[in-house]
Amino acid sequence: MAELTYRGAIAAGIAQEMERDPAVVMLGEDIGAAGGVFKLTEGLLDQFGPERIRDTPISEQAIVGAAMGAAMTGLRPIAELMFSDFFAVSWDMVANQIAKTRYMTDGQVTLPLVLRTANGAGLRFGAQHSQSIENWAMAIPGLKVVAPANPADMKGLMAAAIRDDDPVIVCEHKALFAEKGDVPEGEHVVPLGQAAVLREGSDVTLVALAAMVPRALAAAERLATDHGVDAEVIDLRSLIPLDAQAILRSVAKTSRLFTIEENPRVGGWGAEIVSLVADEGFYSLDAPLVRITTPHIPLPSAAALEDLAIPSVDRIVETVTRRLDEAR
Amino acid sequence: MATVAAAPASLDRETGLALYRIMQECRLLETRAQELFFEGLVRGTTHLGVGQEAVAAGFGVAMRPDDYTLCTYRGHNHNIARGVPLAPILAELFGRATGLLGGKGGSMHLTSVEHGVLGSYAIVGAHLPIALGAAWSAQYRKSGQVAVCFFGDGTTNIGAFHEALNMAAVWKAPVVFVCENNQYMEYTPIGAVTAVPRPAADRASAYGLDPIVVDGNDVEAVHAVAVDALARARAGDGPSLIEAVTYRHGGHSRADPGKYRPDDEVAAWKARDPIPAYRARLEAAGVPAAELDAIDEAARAKVAGAEQEARAAPEPGADVLETQVWADGSSRWRN
Repeated sequence: MAELTYRGAIAAGIAQEMERDPAVVMLGEDIGAAGGVFKLTEGLLDQFGPERIRDTPISEQAIVGAAMGAAMTGLRPIAELMFSDFFAVSWDMVANQIAKTRYMTDGQVTLPLVLRTANGAGLRFGAQHSQSIENWAMAIPGLKVVAPANPADMKGLMAAAIRDDDPVIVCEHKALFAEKGDVPEGEHVVPLGQAAVLREGSDVTLVALAAMVPRALAAAERLATDHGVDAEVIDLRSLIPLDAQAILRSVAKTSRLFTIEENPRVGGWGAEIVSLVADEGFYSLDAPLVRITTPHIPLPSAAALEDLAIPSVDRIVETVTRRLDEAR
Repeated sequence: MATVAAAPASLDRETGLALYRIMQECRLLETRAQELFFEGLVRGTTHLGVGQEAVAAGFGVAMRPDDYTLCTYRGHNHNIARGVPLAPILAELFGRATGLLGGKGGSMHLTSVEHGVLGSYAIVGAHLPIALGAAWSAQYRKSGQVAVCFFGDGTTNIGAFHEALNMAAVWKAPVVFVCENNQYMEYTPIGAVTAVPRPAADRASAYGLDPIVVDGNDVEAVHAVAVDALARARAGDGPSLIEAVTYRHGGHSRADPGKYRPDDEVAAWKARDPIPAYRARLEAAGVPAAELDAIDEAARAKVAGAEQEARAAPEPGADVLETQVWADGSSRWRN
């Protein structure tokens, strides 16, 4: 094992795949000479050269469109969108072109590409640089969506995303960049579509993603020590493909489900999970299915307000205990 | 001031006949597609390229078999010009299982990767960045391929046009951007909504490119600028932006009669129809009329045969509805 930051794991995953396959190329704003505005791609230009690490103008449609054209013709491009909010600028390319072309051409076109992006809140950047956009992407058939929560998964899921023959959106959470963790030495690949049970428990299931995973784990510890509640914590890791069985298995054991979502309330990924469990896990349930989310608001910039908006460890503990009390 | 490419003195006979044949096949298929639309056999929508055949033929003949074509929803001509068979095109318009896209794409998305057609794109401007990406890939792979991207005059006012032109110029990408200026963005004269008289050529200098205007109804002139631009791209000299001035004989789509256009304007352009004009030129150059008649007859037979084949084809079944979302052929998103 080697200790890496989440930030370092991004570059490590990309470098691992670029060394392995000359068809892997990357493009984006400030990714080369500058090493990325979040220093996520530092060192890659020196290692792989300007033909494979291409700096672009501020042109999100061209960046994402060029990735698609390159993917159609034999390359495995990685496009960086500096902030996930900028998906809105290139949404035609993502939602209309990349997601649909394989289906529309009845399989003539294969698009092995990765769109990687700095996602999520915590840096006080306000409503246009802090969003969690996983649920935008998962609503469009034809896009795979992953959102790693720790350095090992970051490297391994990045590698899997690059090797995948379909378009994959990799959400890199800004609040996790400095987090450290052990990453296996040598080649490391984590398959898409496998959730991880990070804490076994028997009373409630907490399902989380990305930056909500460490909060769910911290909440689980407090629930155990302060309230005698034994929580199981599932890190989804990937929304599409979705490891539905992992959730259903857990709910079969605990009978209670809480989703912990950074996204605004309406149409968040947790709604899909809850609907799936209501449909397929109903007879294991002992209590209402509860979604803990950001309110349905644009994100505010002030630290005090942003902290109120995003589900916190306190809010998770409070919600779980209150809803358990109600059920008693 | 835009430079206007001159028509070359002459082409070899075989190339000339290929240009004529392709234009005639395009015209006959499109004309028949329109009739079949009114008959209710062609569903959804169609955007016909009648009047604009010289652009597709001029480029199609000049391109290498492994070059890439990316075109718009007005893209039937460009598929035909790359050799895509007519029966699967018509079957796709009919929504049949044997359609080029198995009935999943329709008229606006004709694609045949094996013929170099990387797609017909129905969101205006989307395919310019995609063409740039295909060109970037060719450049990186050192394959010598060129991407040719056809679009309408209306596209020159959307952001993707400008993003793609700039990035292609900076990267010296082997891509040829071809604006088919048919004078109308859908229902509105392009001049009424554009700040410059030449919607494409007058923007070229913003990207360090030469302004190139060609008579899009003169198939040999189009062929000549195509040969030139393809050679420049292949030599590593970067992209070109070509404005081919032409005219849409019909309306924008489906049953649009195009009544917003002055009668004398339509008449003047129809008098400059690229197909009879080229036939006259070939005859003047010594090609016997009978030989051209035979090409016409063969094209008619080809369209009729394709129609017969498409009419007989079955509709797609439920077994294909949920296939080919993913590369493994499935649409599975969960376990």
